[in-house]
Amino acid sequence: MFFENDPVLLSRILTYLTLGFHAIFATIGVGIPMMIAIAEWMGIKRNDPHYTLLARRWARGFVITVAVGVVTGTAMGLQLSLLWPNFMQAAGHTIGLPMFMETFAFFFEAIFLGIYLYTFDRFKSKMKHFLLVIPIVIGATASAFFITTVNAFMNAPQGFEMVNGVVTNVSPIEAMFNPATPTKVSHVIITCYLTAAFVLGAIAAVKIIRGNKSVYHRKALHLTMIAGAVFALGTAAIGDFSGKYLHEYQPEKLAAAEWHFETETEAPLILGGILTDEGEVEYALEIPYALSILAGFSPDTEVTGLNDFDEDELPPLFVHYFFDLMVGIGMYLAFVSMLFVFMNWKKGWNAFNKPLLMMIAAGGPLSIVAMESGWIFAEVGRQPWILNGIMRTSEGATTSDHVGLMLILFALLYTVLGVTCITVLKKMFQRNPVEKEMHKRGIDNYDIR
Amino acid sequence: MSYEIIGITVLWLFLYGYLIVASVDFGAGFFSYYTKRTKKDHKIHSIIQRYLSPVWEVTNVFLVFFFIGIVGFFPDTAYYYGTALLIPGSVAIILLAIRGSYYAFATYGAKESSFYNFLYGATGLLIPASLTTVLTVSEGGYIQVQGDNVQLLYGELFTSLYSWGVVILAVVSVLFISAAFLTYYAARAKDQTALELLRKYALIWAGPAIGMGIIVFFLLGRRNPTHFEGMLDLWWMFAVSFAAFAGALYFIWKRKKYGTAFILVMVQYFAAFFAYGAAHLPYLLYPYLTIYDGFTNDAMALALVIAFIAGLLLLIPSLYLLMRLFLFDAEYVEGRR
Ligand code: HDD
Ligand code: HEM
Ligand code: HEM
Repeated sequence: MFFENDPVLLSRILTYLTLGFHAIFATIGVGIPMMIAIAEWMGIKRNDPHYTLLARRWARGFVITVAVGVVTGTAMGLQLSLLWPNFMQAAGHTIGLPMFMETFAFFFEAIFLGIYLYTFDRFKSKMKHFLLVIPIVIGATASAFFITTVNAFMNAPQGFEMVNGVVTNVSPIEAMFNPATPTKVSHVIITCYLTAAFVLGAIAAVKIIRGNKSVYHRKALHLTMIAGAVFALGTAAIGDFSGKYLHEYQPEKLAAAEWHFETETEAPLILGGILTDEGEVEYALEIPYALSILAGFSPDTEVTGLNDFDEDELPPLFVHYFFDLMVGIGMYLAFVSMLFVFMNWKKGWNAFNKPLLMMIAAGGPLSIVAMESGWIFAEVGRQPWILNGIMRTSEGATTSDHVGLMLILFALLYTVLGVTCITVLKKMFQRNPVEKEMHKRGIDNYDIR
Repeated sequence: MSYEIIGITVLWLFLYGYLIVASVDFGAGFFSYYTKRTKKDHKIHSIIQRYLSPVWEVTNVFLVFFFIGIVGFFPDTAYYYGTALLIPGSVAIILLAIRGSYYAFATYGAKESSFYNFLYGATGLLIPASLTTVLTVSEGGYIQVQGDNVQLLYGELFTSLYSWGVVILAVVSVLFISAAFLTYYAARAKDQTALELLRKYALIWAGPAIGMGIIVFFLLGRRNPTHFEGMLDLWWMFAVSFAAFAGALYFIWKRKKYGTAFILVMVQYFAAFFAYGAAHLPYLLYPYLTIYDGFTNDAMALALVIAFIAGLLLLIPSLYLLMRLFLFDAEYVEGRR
């Protein structure tokens, strides 16, 4: 039976469900304030009300997604104790601190968001209002920073001693700033920005494809694509460093991601393919030397293979596909955004052609898929460990018999929340289309520059 | 003072903060729904809306602080409560999730809808009922520990007089605290019709609130004599609590000093809540867990306390700003902004 009542398996599925759902809203919640800040800044610098209106409308939609981010985050925070009591008992000492600080960061963000929303027209100086968005960006990014250090700790635990199964001698700072922290934190934060840029860009692209002629949407697209290109390049660069981190500290994860069996130098990178029952890789694209370069800058780097690890300490090999999906989409996003920026810059070329717009529109959902794949790769790739090398996932889980029922309840909850959230957002913007709002605020619908 | 005591005091303070802010919020939701059903909503609707809009996230944060903080300070609580409370905890999460998101949907997104309004009213009473399970369970006798397995005894929980007493106490307290605050808020807003209605609610719920308090006090004597003895030793705190209640009732009755009245209500609950908590120590869960179990490292406690203080230094000014702009800005309160 697939669904025998196994609390460990069910807890893993429920955790996956909650995190997968929270991650969408959290990622958007971290990324959009950055985009709002950029838009409002452009509005001031160019004295262009279109950009200010962008900031205003994005902020309004943002409030809805924040609400779902908050409630699912609260669910996650409580569920960690409910589903992984043994893990929290062991690790609560060490990771309590950053989790606690995440809440502060978020609180800080929430307060300024409240003020920001209600004060668009209260101040005479636009600069004053812009200053209010800075704490929102800082708070959101700090949230991501703190929670990701928790996850980094799970991958590279340090800063404590394990004596007879009890965690002692804890140094919370050392635990927070573990070897996984730099690459993990920076990769997560920049992909949040990247995802937000593409989600917002995709909305603009869809509007233009549907025949909307407002310059508002063209400016939105241009802005998001420039930002997207910068973030996509940053993502690829930091992703490369993440690979080097894995090579150094979690070689089994890298080997599983790459189906790399024999320890060797000049290792090739394997893209796609399938794994036969005999453990042969077929139909894959091999890029010579690339894995060695990813792991350590040079083809001479020796990359440890799967055969050098204990069978029962290896993650499932399907993580390969998630890794490839993430990297593939990363490349795609970089390509699309740079192409748009380039064509827009060249005189006489039309960047707003339909095929390119369609590709940008696809980039929105794809960036979310990449983000989820990245997490699945990172989390499943850590198995069988919940605390890498120290505690197994099966030891961390609850022993309660009712996880299955809860799984069903939460699946229902997220379905309802997701559907209503989308409906509400749709209604909100349909009832108040941008043309109407521009008219109301006396903003011209042509380029005033 | 030891770190254990500092830790539990700070956490208890946050829980008290949640008790007050959340009660106001939950009760407001219920009154908003109830008045709609009885077609009196035009009287108090705008008062409630104006108060609730800026603060709902703040409420949530108090709760998150508490449950993240307690696992940080006392990780063993995760083991006992986490395992036992899977179902009630999940139910509370779901209710909170529905409440928070639908509130945001209704306020910022869609138009007013009676369905959203119903959800908001119903969850306002169900959430305190489900959250108090934690306090009930902490008295012992509802949890069974066998080897590695911790189980909640549902039969015991649902048939126990004490546990139902606590649920009713929670619900009527929510209504009383909320009505007392909103009365004050309506007075600030110079909204006479709302004031009259809310004052009536405050007076109606005052009796049940204090009555249930006394009943639960004695039910606890049967449930957990050790804890009860401890509370008797702190009798003066309950006396303070009762005096504050009497004072609050007096002012509301006499239609004056609604602000002082609400502060007295806060004092009433502060004294009772801290007397209850102090007598509970050193147990976090009778008889399995005390604050000294599993609290093995001072470094973490110190870090958490520092984080608390740094965080408070950050939050208090921001909260002050929020209050200045929304809660206590006369023009905003009166609806001229
Ligand atoms: C829009 C999302 C997105 C995109 C386009 C990329 N990534 Fe990524 N990646 C993530 C989103 C993400 C993530 C969701 O943020 C992860 C999951 C866990 C983490 O630390 O970040 C992640 C993890 C992650 C890891 C594992 C880190 C670990 O487990 O410790 C590696 C090696 C890479 N990425 C490498 C790359 C490379 C070489 C990319 C090429 C462009 C790339 N990523 C694009
Ligand atoms: C937000 C994006 C995230 C997603 C989509 C995600 C996804 C997942 C998945 C798929 C699993 C199941 C792995 C398996 O059992 O095979 C898992 C497990 C887990 N993750 Fe994450 N994760 C995310 C972030 C985090 C973060 C930031 C933390 C740390 C606070 C975390 C903590 C955990 C824990 C405690 C488990 C359960 C133990 C385990 O299976 O290893 N996750 N997550
Ligand atoms: C990819 C990883 C994560 C990121 C980037 C992230 C980021 C965020 C952000 C930005 C918020 C604020 C809501 C919003 O703006 O949408 C939030 C809320 C929250 N998150 Fe996450 N989060 C992540 C994973 C987790 C995990 C694993 C947990 C559980 C330990 C968690 C716990 C929370 C809590 C408790 C809240 C609500 C805060 C409150 O009400 O005070 N998050 N998160």
